[in-house]
Amino acid sequence: MKKSVFVTAAVAAFITAGAAKAGPEAEVLHWWTSGGEAKSVAVLQGEFADNGGTWTDMPVAGGGGDAAMTALRARVLSGNAPTAVQLKGPAIQEWYEEGVLADISAVAEAEGWADVLPASIAGHMKCEGSWCAAPVNVHRIDWIWANADVLKSNGIDMPTTWAEFNAAAEKLQAAGIIPLAHGGQAWQDATIFEAVALGIGGPEFFQKAFVDLDMDTLKSDTMVEIFDQMRTLRGYVDANFAGRDWNLATAMVMNGEAAFQIMGDWAKGEFLSAGKVPGQDFLCASTPGEGFLYNVDSFAMFNVDGDDKKAGQDLLAKLIVGQNFQKVFNLNKGSIPARVDVALDDFDSCAHTSAKDMAMSSDNGSLLPSYAHGMALRGAQSGAITDVVTAHFNSDMSSAEAVEMLANSVANSL
Amino acid sequence: MTEWLERHTPKMVLAPSFVAILIFVYGFIFWTAWVSFTRSRLLPKYELKGTVQYERLMASPRWDTAMDNLFIFGTLFIVISMVLGLFLAILLDQKIRAEGALRTIYLYPMALSMIVTGTAWKWIMNPGLGIEATVRGWGFENFAFDWVVNPDRAIYAVVIAAVWQASGFVMALFLAGLRGVDEEIIKAAQVDGIPTWRIYSAIIIPSMAPIFLSAFIVLAHLAIKSFDLVIALTGGGPGYATDLPATYMYAMAFSRGDIGQAASSAMVMMGVVFAIVVPYLYSELRAKHD
Repeated sequence: MKKSVFVTAAVAAFITAGAAKAGPEAEVLHWWTSGGEAKSVAVLQGEFADNGGTWTDMPVAGGGGDAAMTALRARVLSGNAPTAVQLKGPAIQEWYEEGVLADISAVAEAEGWADVLPASIAGHMKCEGSWCAAPVNVHRIDWIWANADVLKSNGIDMPTTWAEFNAAAEKLQAAGIIPLAHGGQAWQDATIFEAVALGIGGPEFFQKAFVDLDMDTLKSDTMVEIFDQMRTLRGYVDANFAGRDWNLATAMVMNGEAAFQIMGDWAKGEFLSAGKVPGQDFLCASTPGEGFLYNVDSFAMFNVDGDDKKAGQDLLAKLIVGQNFQKVFNLNKGSIPARVDVALDDFDSCAHTSAKDMAMSSDNGSLLPSYAHGMALRGAQSGAITDVVTAHFNSDMSSAEAVEMLANSVANSL
Repeated sequence: MTEWLERHTPKMVLAPSFVAILIFVYGFIFWTAWVSFTRSRLLPKYELKGTVQYERLMASPRWDTAMDNLFIFGTLFIVISMVLGLFLAILLDQKIRAEGALRTIYLYPMALSMIVTGTAWKWIMNPGLGIEATVRGWGFENFAFDWVVNPDRAIYAVVIAAVWQASGFVMALFLAGLRGVDEEIIKAAQVDGIPTWRIYSAIIIPSMAPIFLSAFIVLAHLAIKSFDLVIALTGGGPGYATDLPATYMYAMAFSRGDIGQAASSAMVMMGVVFAIVVPYLYSELRAKHD
């Protein structure tokens, strides 16, 4: 008897709680749980609450999003998807094909997203013509970071071709400085590889090889040349690089132990938080060659039931692409806004370079998705390429063998 | 009524765990087997598509590396742990002083999680921080011990860490076995003037066959499901030089959205476990039966 009273009370409490929760609602699954990232999410949370919404936070840390994806799979399979999920690149389309994404075209059209987002980035946010995701930021991958003092005292300028880079590296090595700070983890090997591929092959080659997976391009002589350059770069890395985390490599550049690092613009955050000034203490430039490799974080919107949740989803989408959030979030995270009409006054010089290059490459068609960071290909294919890249970089495999293996692995992953 | 209860209570008590095991072990083995014959990617699909996943698995050089590594790692890990464990146990069995303290010292690594072992050995074997740097610091400039960063040697570095962790445990198993051997037989042998090494090789060790079986089974399943040690020690690297089937399966299922491929690799792993453990169990149990 006592028990049933308790149950009734609990049910009553639950119902009143539910009734009190009118207004837009959103449950957001993400893995931004550390330092600057967590702060950035808090900004969005605050804005959402100011607009009368109720935000249910669902952070799942670990494994660079692997854990969050496992949680998402479980939620979707049990028919209870979150409102919005941090997803990016082709993963959005993959989930769309499972028939679980919502259509937010109404918001996107009312807000005029098509006019403020670069066309190739907008392409990732659409599922068969309708908008299904909202972009948050643009990370540039093909950055090269350098210690300004080390370059100056060795009389080296920021290289603009890979031949120049190699010459500079030889000089540095002779002077007893590690030319390239690198961490031997598969994704870091892949990051360098795609920067080299873009530089040597050019944007058109990159598009054919890593977006269209054209077999002839994958097996071409240019690809052999790219692997040759990877082998050369292997010689510029210190012996102790295996398994090193990327931020430790950044620290090597910071304290002058090494001269260069090739890494996305999250490396800038490390420099800045150590009190280094861009242009003075450290230099940033795009890696040799033309083009712009982007990694765009975004929130995909899942099908939800109920008007409150639908309203929450629309509000969330609107706020994410809103000018204010795009600015504050990206100042915290080190990336640049995805929409091109945000004033960049508060951003540093590297971000200005990034924004300028993005606009330019968007016009001439060299704004390309990063394969190493899951923007260009689905997991199975990009993983197959990374396997070959890292196997080649960490062994004495010849470039011709690597190209052969690359073509086979890609074919096997389809 | 009480008689009925007496007869059926054990069954009723066992039933829930029986049902749970039936569903969560055998049910999911069947589920995984089914999925391994589909083209599941991000989410499981149930339409059978033949053996395509197994063909992809066989064509994958990374899977080849993983299986080779499992063979190298498993063999060396089991053999070295057993030999070292037996050797330590025999030494400890010589009625030495402070045996309790020594036994605890050797057994302690087992109390650590593989993640701790892996991280500690990662630093110890790191050429820039650990043994190599220390010995070079003493003036031996040409000393090299870079196994953990050398793709051809890295799997042996994993063996070192695993042996360090498990051999103390194996020693404890063998020590218990040694103590279980009938003193009278040993004394009789000593009276007959048989040398100590002969007593060990002809009397004591053969009488410990069941201990060898337990040690083998424990070590074999540790080796096959080994995952955390590799993740902590090398992260599967350099490249994928230290990939094991378990890390391959994890990468496919959780990082790459390729569930069909992960399921087929899991089935092959299960096949390996069966292939090793079942014949051994069978022969041991039958020998006892006869």
